[in-house]
Amino acid sequence: MFSNLAEKLQSALGKLKGRGKLSEKDVEQALREVRLALLEADVNFRVVKDFLARVRERAVGQEVMQSLTPGQQVIKIVHEELTGLMGGSHARLGLTGRPPHVLMLVGLQGAGKTTSAAKLANALKRQGHRPLLVAADVYRPAAIRQLQVLGEQLGIPVFTLGERHDPVDIAQAGLSHAKTHGNDVVIIDTAGRLHIDDELMQEVERIAAAVEPKETLLVLDAMTGQEAVNVAERFNQQLELTGFILTKLDGDARGGAALSVRAVVGKPIKYVGMGEKVDALEPFHPERMASRILGMGDVLTLIEKAQAAMDAEAAEKLAAKLRSAEFTLEDFLEQLRQVRNMGPLDQVLGMIPGFSGAKQLQGLQVDEKQLKRIEAIIQSMTPEERSQPAIINGSRRRRIARGSGTSVQDVNRLLKQFEQTRVLFKQLGGGKGPRRRKGMLARLFGH
Amino acid sequence: MAFGGGFLQRLREGLARTRAGFAERVDAILGGHGRIDEEVYEGLEEALIQADTGVATTMRIMDALRERVRTEHPRDAAGVKALLQQEILSVLKPVAKPLAVKPAGLTAMLIVGVNGAGKTTTVGKLAYRFRQAGKRVVVGAADTFRAAAIEQLQAWGERSGATVIAHQAGADPAAVAFDAAQAAIARDADVLLVDTAGRLQTRTNLMEELKKVHRVLKERLEGDLSEGLLVLDATTGQNGISQARLFGQAVPLTGIVLTKLDGTAKGGIVIAIAGELGLPVKLVGVGEGVDDLQDFDPDAFVRALFS
Repeated sequence: MFSNLAEKLQSALGKLKGRGKLSEKDVEQALREVRLALLEADVNFRVVKDFLARVRERAVGQEVMQSLTPGQQVIKIVHEELTGLMGGSHARLGLTGRPPHVLMLVGLQGAGKTTSAAKLANALKRQGHRPLLVAADVYRPAAIRQLQVLGEQLGIPVFTLGERHDPVDIAQAGLSHAKTHGNDVVIIDTAGRLHIDDELMQEVERIAAAVEPKETLLVLDAMTGQEAVNVAERFNQQLELTGFILTKLDGDARGGAALSVRAVVGKPIKYVGMGEKVDALEPFHPERMASRILGMGDVLTLIEKAQAAMDAEAAEKLAAKLRSAEFTLEDFLEQLRQVRNMGPLDQVLGMIPGFSGAKQLQGLQVDEKQLKRIEAIIQSMTPEERSQPAIINGSRRRRIARGSGTSVQDVNRLLKQFEQTRVLFKQLGGGKGPRRRKGMLARLFGH
Repeated sequence: MAFGGGFLQRLREGLARTRAGFAERVDAILGGHGRIDEEVYEGLEEALIQADTGVATTMRIMDALRERVRTEHPRDAAGVKALLQQEILSVLKPVAKPLAVKPAGLTAMLIVGVNGAGKTTTVGKLAYRFRQAGKRVVVGAADTFRAAAIEQLQAWGERSGATVIAHQAGADPAAVAFDAAQAAIARDADVLLVDTAGRLQTRTNLMEELKKVHRVLKERLEGDLSEGLLVLDATTGQNGISQARLFGQAVPLTGIVLTKLDGTAKGGIVIAIAGELGLPVKLVGVGEGVDDLQDFDPDAFVRALFS
């Protein structure tokens, strides 16, 4: 899910990551690519425009230019804006007041209303509710039967009057049935309808007027294109939606609809359908989704921790040294200490973009002891050796190894890694390095 | 909260404009400008993207359009619009193909697609259409997964007078396809339509199942399968390309049935699919009525884009 969008955004933003300083041009270039990635992901055109305008405004402003890690800062802004676009925090179902609570599912044909109704009933049953499913789709052949079969599978009662009744009557009768049978939640599955079909739109409005649902949820296919916002707006005008259920997110749909509908209609996505099985319905968490889209573990926390642990001025100096290739073992040690200040290393690594993929973290044995050993090796060097590693010959190596309680091989490895890192930074500083996938830490641990 | 009222307000107003539709937007862009400038191109590009044509295909069409404007010097913006229509038509015309119906003998079709695209309804409408033409029709209900899919198809069978071959829910869909082919041959039917369960194209095991259905069906028909049709919802965005590509890898596709074109969706994704994969478009669904399944007419389609 979202994987393609995530890759594209990461590649667009990845170019900013290692940069010590960003020009307006750098940001523009990255944002152009972000624009393409979003459009290819079916994010609504207007939403993309406004989204980029907001990111641009913040990215070329003070917020970024004065930060220690401008690239990261831009990513942070994109992340915040993405989260905002999808609705901030998770929106729960509003099941307050006197039961029975009526939930009504509406949407286009084929969006997945009937399946979602069953999944939702199942989820609520697990939370201790006693749901009643009401089959009010009298148009599609065998739609009622479909809900009955699902109800049987789940052990959830399904109410219907058959295909020859008015859906408004069915809904009302379903509600009274729930009252007399002690069901505290009533989920009404309505027929699929086109948002421009006035007759059917009025019908669903009449159902709503008759049973006064606490939740009117628009079921929306994640594969929908630019049309998603039109559909959502039209349904919202007619019915005053309370939220969305986004279905079929388990495929490779890039889910731009998810980014668009909340922003346009102002109603949250509450659940997402993640598979064909009846338990494949998950609560929607915008901030987690934004992190997943950007392929971040939790970069926000990481940035906050970094800000807390690092002295801004020292970091500035370090960045300057990195670019000018004056980076010494002394600086290397200093950086290691700062990273360690941020917390247990495996946790910190998990928050670094690019490291968040579980595969990369697997087999990456983060050894605190190894860090200590590196510290010991560097501390066993003379200041001269630290600033000019080239002078470290065989006899100096043996002395350093003895002094730090390590072996000559350990010393060799560290020096080699340091040299590689330095070369890498030099290339990056010149703007013509290889694509920097793995940072210094990864190299340090041999990955 | 990252979004103030101002932003959302602006967005809503912007969208009110988009609702006006591709046509008005194109006219608005072109009408306001006597001169052909960058703004005209940008506006047209926006309009194409909004119709779900996709970034890559839109860029390609726009490049071709710019080239033609350079060489042909249309007088005004209306001339640019005509050229744009021609450009889109030049992508769509080669893929507009009629359904392959044999004059004699059994014409067999396998219907595939993602969940909710409208496969069963399409099969029902096709059965009806062939029955109206006086053909003997056998339908195989090989969607044995979705609850009540078989009943849905049986209801269509009653409506159209087609014979529906079905097993129980949960049965092996390949076995259903086999039996349906068997029945079609035994009854000397003219048309065999095999409905399959909706599946997301990324579900490997379900795609393997589909391959098996196709293999078994084709074997029973001694290789004589006329159509492998992908049913595609007109509201589908760029995922449609992935659908066409991955379903095409599982079973040989001969064409697309574009459903639900009666909404406000323009179905621009078929332009992208035509441009990238060259997969023919055979039929379009323009309504809920049984006879609302029509042959794909690229001229009408492009007119609708601009109407």
